[in-house]
Amino acid sequence: MALDRVIALIFLLICAVYGYTAFFTMDAGLPPFMRNNPIWPSTFPKVLSVLGILTALTIVLGLEKSNHTAEVAEINYRKLTEYKLGQAVSLLLLMVAYAFALRPIGFLASTTIFLVAGSAILGERRWVMMGVIGVIAAGFVWYLVDEVLGIFMRPLPWFV
Amino acid sequence: MLEGILIGLGTAFSITNILMVIGGCLIGTFIGMLPGLGPMSIISIMIPVAISLGDPSAALILLAGVYYGAIFGGSTSSILINAPGVASTVASSFDGYPLARQGKAGKALTVAAISSFMGGTIGAILLMVFAPALASVALLFHSAEYFALMVVGLSAIAAFAGSGQVGKALMMTLLGLIMATVGEGALFNLPRFTGGIQDLQSGFGFITLAMAMFAMPEAIFLVLDPSRSGGDDGKSQEIKDLRINREEAKSIAPVIGRQSVQGFLIGVLPGAGATIASFLGYAVERNIAPKDEQEQFGKGSIKGLAAPESANNAACTGSFVPLLTLGIPGSGTTAILLGALIALNVSPGPRLMVDNPSIFWAVIISMYLGNLILLILNLPLIPYIAKVLAVPRNYLIPFILFFTLMGAYIGQNNATELLLLTGMGVIATILRFADYPLAPALIGFILGSMLEDNFARSMQLADGIGFILDRPMTLGLLVLAIILVILPSYRVRRARARAEGVADGD
Repeated sequence: MALDRVIALIFLLICAVYGYTAFFTMDAGLPPFMRNNPIWPSTFPKVLSVLGILTALTIVLGLEKSNHTAEVAEINYRKLTEYKLGQAVSLLLLMVAYAFALRPIGFLASTTIFLVAGSAILGERRWVMMGVIGVIAAGFVWYLVDEVLGIFMRPLPWFV
Repeated sequence: MLEGILIGLGTAFSITNILMVIGGCLIGTFIGMLPGLGPMSIISIMIPVAISLGDPSAALILLAGVYYGAIFGGSTSSILINAPGVASTVASSFDGYPLARQGKAGKALTVAAISSFMGGTIGAILLMVFAPALASVALLFHSAEYFALMVVGLSAIAAFAGSGQVGKALMMTLLGLIMATVGEGALFNLPRFTGGIQDLQSGFGFITLAMAMFAMPEAIFLVLDPSRSGGDDGKSQEIKDLRINREEAKSIAPVIGRQSVQGFLIGVLPGAGATIASFLGYAVERNIAPKDEQEQFGKGSIKGLAAPESANNAACTGSFVPLLTLGIPGSGTTAILLGALIALNVSPGPRLMVDNPSIFWAVIISMYLGNLILLILNLPLIPYIAKVLAVPRNYLIPFILFFTLMGAYIGQNNATELLLLTGMGVIATILRFADYPLAPALIGFILGSMLEDNFARSMQLADGIGFILDRPMTLGLLVLAIILVILPSYRVRRARARAEGVADGD
């Protein structure tokens, strides 16, 4: 099965769960005074779930004939391993690590490490250059966000 | 109208706002040149900055300037290194890049800048005429018509997604609408579909979503396929001799005139936008050109460059019509602008012109200003700004990822948001692998709460679903929506001709 139909199938399941919640479980907690309303919190989701299931079905069953030729510039997912998949996954993991590191070790350190490690993953090996750029960029962005925009970001661990 | 223009002039020509236009255009051009950052990503990154300004007119002027700048920057990278950062400038590379290869990069940039300027200016004049007229009609609309109009808008976006893609675009729209129902809405004061997760209580953040849907997949694509950034042969381009001669100016003038009007009208349609306008503009001009000039198209015809450039800029201006008059965004970019306006407590719609004339007119006036600045300030600076294109991708990509992280983090001040961003970015990338258009999802997400609001209000007024039949216009619009969705797939079955791939990003 092609990827687009697999995705439609997953969307179908999401709609089914969503619709089940809207039709059967959501209204239980509704306060009595709202029951007289012509519209409930579940009304709109009910409509969406039905439409969603119908649309997903047209794709899963292949009712709409696609004559869309794949663009040359786009990625062919069937040959994903021929691309730099390792680098992409490593960068995504680095982003997750950044999310976890931001609070404990502060903005300046985690950003510098992120930028240096990011370039390193892509194959850059000029460590001094990378370090200098990372430190300057982290400091500059911190100054911009914290001082100019007035949004507090903890620069280093010992700031509360 | 004259009164409005004067208010607009007064607001737009304050020192702060002029600085906003200049700053916006420069930032937009600068970042718009980089592969992987289209107008949508740049505007999302700039939203926290715009919101912190506090003044809605200044914020919108800044963002509109960024938008123009980004389109201009996108054309520059299309012409110089054949790497369009945005779908709407792909058509510019057809003739722009061959011109640059012939050593006429300077000329190509000038033609692009003048065409963009004229397209944007003619678009702004048309906007000034169209928007008030449409807004006065829209004032008569009730919530039932609004509901129906939004349904038409959303189906039009799906319908224009391309042949054989309507089902996919529709599914993405519904995904956006479903995501909009997550969290505690103002309508009922009840948390819905949060699954008991505390962080979902306030729903998904729209900046996070915009970043995850546009900037992240583009960055991941750049990593996966190094040839996409195309930065290697960029260094060798030398830009000199920006002048064009009188004959050239004469030959492109009618092209610019036609394509500005056509582009504007296409831009007004929801879902069509700058990408379709530029491709269509290119095709139309090639078809009506004389035989000998027709052969030049694709090999470095200045007409072939002027057409998409004026069309896409006029279309960008045109896309402001539904945003400013109806409060319904027709493209991903205007959807993001709508989100920014809502965050600033301004609700665009027909009342905007009545309640906040200074915002409405200042935006229009600043469009002239923005176009002028692109022409007189950015064009001479282009040879220097183009140096950005030589930034090696090993440094560029971590920075793009870092900016998406920052955009999501500043908006919510919450590290969980970053995990959400990464997760949704991966999902968005997979969706792009399977050729699902992502802009409809974002537009659905932003329109979702308004759609439900108007739906609820009409239901309450009519005490049931009967509101659909109460007013003929509501019914008419809903029928139109159904036709819009069904017609394309019907036409595909009949004729399998056109196959122009249209990606996200205008």
